[in-house]
Amino acid sequence: MLKYILKRLGYMILTLFIVASITFFMMKLMPGTPFSNQDKLSAAQLKIMNEQYGLNKPIWQQYLIYLGNLLHGDFGTSFQFSNQPVLSLITSRLKPSLLIGSQAMIIGSLLGILLGAVAAINKNNWIDSLATFVSIVGISVPSFVLGVLLQFFIAFKWHMFPIAGFDNWQASVLPSLALAVSPLAQTARFMRTEMVDVLNSDYIELSKAKGNTRWQTVVKHTLRNSLIPVITILGPLTANILTGSLVVENIFSIPGIGEQFVKSIMTNDYPTIMGLTIFYALMFMVMLLITDILYSLIDPRIRLTNDKEEN
Amino acid sequence: MSDNILEVKNLNINFKTFAGTVQAIRDVSFNLKKGETLAIVGESGSGKSVTTRSIMGLLASNAVIEHGEILFKGQDLLKESAKEMDHHRGNDLSMIFQDPMTSLDPTMTIGKQVAEPLRIHGKISKEKALKRAQEVLELVGIPNAKNRMKDFPHQFSGGQRQRIVIAIAIVNYPEILIADEPTTALDVTVQAQIIDLMRELQEKLETSIIFITHDLGVVAGIADRVAVMYAGKIIEVGTVDEIFYQPKHPYTWGLLSSMPTLDTKGAKLSSIPGTPPDLLDPPKGDAFAPRNPYAMQIDLEAQPPFFKVSDTHYAATWLLHPDAPKVQPPAPIVKRAQEYAHLMQTGAVDTPSEGSQN
Ligand SMILES: Nc1ncnc2c1ncn2[C@@H]1O[C@H](COP(=O)(O)OP(=O)(O)OP(=O)(O)O)[C@@H](O)[C@H]1O
Ligand SMILES: [Mg+2]
Repeated sequence: MLKYILKRLGYMILTLFIVASITFFMMKLMPGTPFSNQDKLSAAQLKIMNEQYGLNKPIWQQYLIYLGNLLHGDFGTSFQFSNQPVLSLITSRLKPSLLIGSQAMIIGSLLGILLGAVAAINKNNWIDSLATFVSIVGISVPSFVLGVLLQFFIAFKWHMFPIAGFDNWQASVLPSLALAVSPLAQTARFMRTEMVDVLNSDYIELSKAKGNTRWQTVVKHTLRNSLIPVITILGPLTANILTGSLVVENIFSIPGIGEQFVKSIMTNDYPTIMGLTIFYALMFMVMLLITDILYSLIDPRIRLTNDKEEN
Repeated sequence: MSDNILEVKNLNINFKTFAGTVQAIRDVSFNLKKGETLAIVGESGSGKSVTTRSIMGLLASNAVIEHGEILFKGQDLLKESAKEMDHHRGNDLSMIFQDPMTSLDPTMTIGKQVAEPLRIHGKISKEKALKRAQEVLELVGIPNAKNRMKDFPHQFSGGQRQRIVIAIAIVNYPEILIADEPTTALDVTVQAQIIDLMRELQEKLETSIIFITHDLGVVAGIADRVAVMYAGKIIEVGTVDEIFYQPKHPYTWGLLSSMPTLDTKGAKLSSIPGTPPDLLDPPKGDAFAPRNPYAMQIDLEAQPPFFKVSDTHYAATWLLHPDAPKVQPPAPIVKRAQEYAHLMQTGAVDTPSEGSQN
């Protein structure tokens, strides 16, 4: 198990290196320079700026410098906010995104699992149809539409929660709800499919033949077996959502990483874009690793080993 | 007959489907005595599983029991509440399912799974239940059961899993054990072991067994009586010897002729040509008539009633009508009857069910 995790960490570092390299060269291929938006700069001033940030050196040299700095945990300094290191820029933005993301994930996955389970138990009657309708709406309505609706009714008309900003915990409620809908809908759909499968399986039949009541069968034999596959989608969903939502954070003016990402792209802030990309990749891989570990802890059939010996 | 632990009377079961009403069970009646093994044989789709599931109260949700009674010790199970049926299941009625690979919960230890019926039905502590579970696992022949209680199903072989499924079925000493093709998924050696095990358990526990199979070879080794089903009806019923050596129904002839024996080994087996009728719209006359080389005009017009051959042997075929012409059964059937008569004369068989091939 430990050996497995170490090996996975090794792969993660390799992947991060590849991600860093690809983003670096992609940035170089992009049209526009970081300072071209600031058209007040004279040619001489531009030259000084380029020198200060090392942009006048050959690309391969810039690349090596970049990688070398990365090894020391130095993601460079932001072009947009002078003298602001990218790393501290990201960490200062982390808290709002993590708060909103984790709240959304908890609400979304719990309600989604519940909704999916209720739908599966009531398969093919009106409750199931209602639940299916809810999840289709949840998947197809973009979170920004929902965000705007929440803002308009709950915040603007009924004054229940703040419209935007991040001054107190109350302000995190609406964006969390807006973000929660997509994972809710996706978990509900997945949970329903899995649970319908499980309910049709032979061991559920055997559970009834043992004399378990309907409820005992659901509690003892259905839930755990349906939840195991659901965990696999929760990992990537969490990674997506914890890293902040570009759209929702912008609508609610949350100073999170999602909002920062959008700003950095608009201003051609290369170091920040690259830093954020690597950060996203890292989050994603960490979540996948956690998912796999959780999975192996819950499902007795899976043992984390390096080689596929027996199954 | 008060020694019948189970009496099924005039059972009719339909399934509502989009295509219409499937008349899956059509007027089925049979008895099961205490301590005996009744085999139900028949082609796929003949209604074996539906019949036995109705006893357990485990029919699909689109099933409608149109008519009939299922008397368990004189009580009609069809009139019992869901709660009362929960009480019977896994307690005095239990069932072994066909596929050992998928019948066990993959994420629960087998000790817990075997102990579960005890916990559901008896006011018994967890420790005691687990101890009993271990004893039963030893009884069904799981080696080193003590140390394997905490193992999961995937850590056992197919044969072992089927033994575990049997352990679950017998842990509460049921009065009736229904085994729905319990050995089809297993290879022949394991099959034989499981059959031996069930026989042994039956002697110890005095259980009545309903054993479903479409493999007649298995029947001889385990059953006391045999009921042959075709298209939702029982068409012949009798003791193992009566069915194997003096069968009367052309369908039984067909089944027996398609069964491999020692001397047909290697020879080409005849299977019954044709397919069973569509149960959405069953024929007016004998459902087997279109496939029956001995069919007469009346077979197309009226369903044959049961004709009594002996006190224990009945068959539903017009051939047994006093006015019917005498026909010669297929050669293999005649040969069987002759061999049997010979063996009986020379006294070579004392317990006749072992005179057959195994
Ligand atoms: N839920 C259902 N809906 C509709 N028809 C059904 C349903 N269950 C069973 N049937 C039909 O009832 C008939 C009897 O089925 P059953 O499962 O009892 O056959 P069987 O004798 O057990 O066959 P096998 O040897 O293949 O297990 C078949 O024609 C089948 O198609
Ligand atoms: Mg069947």
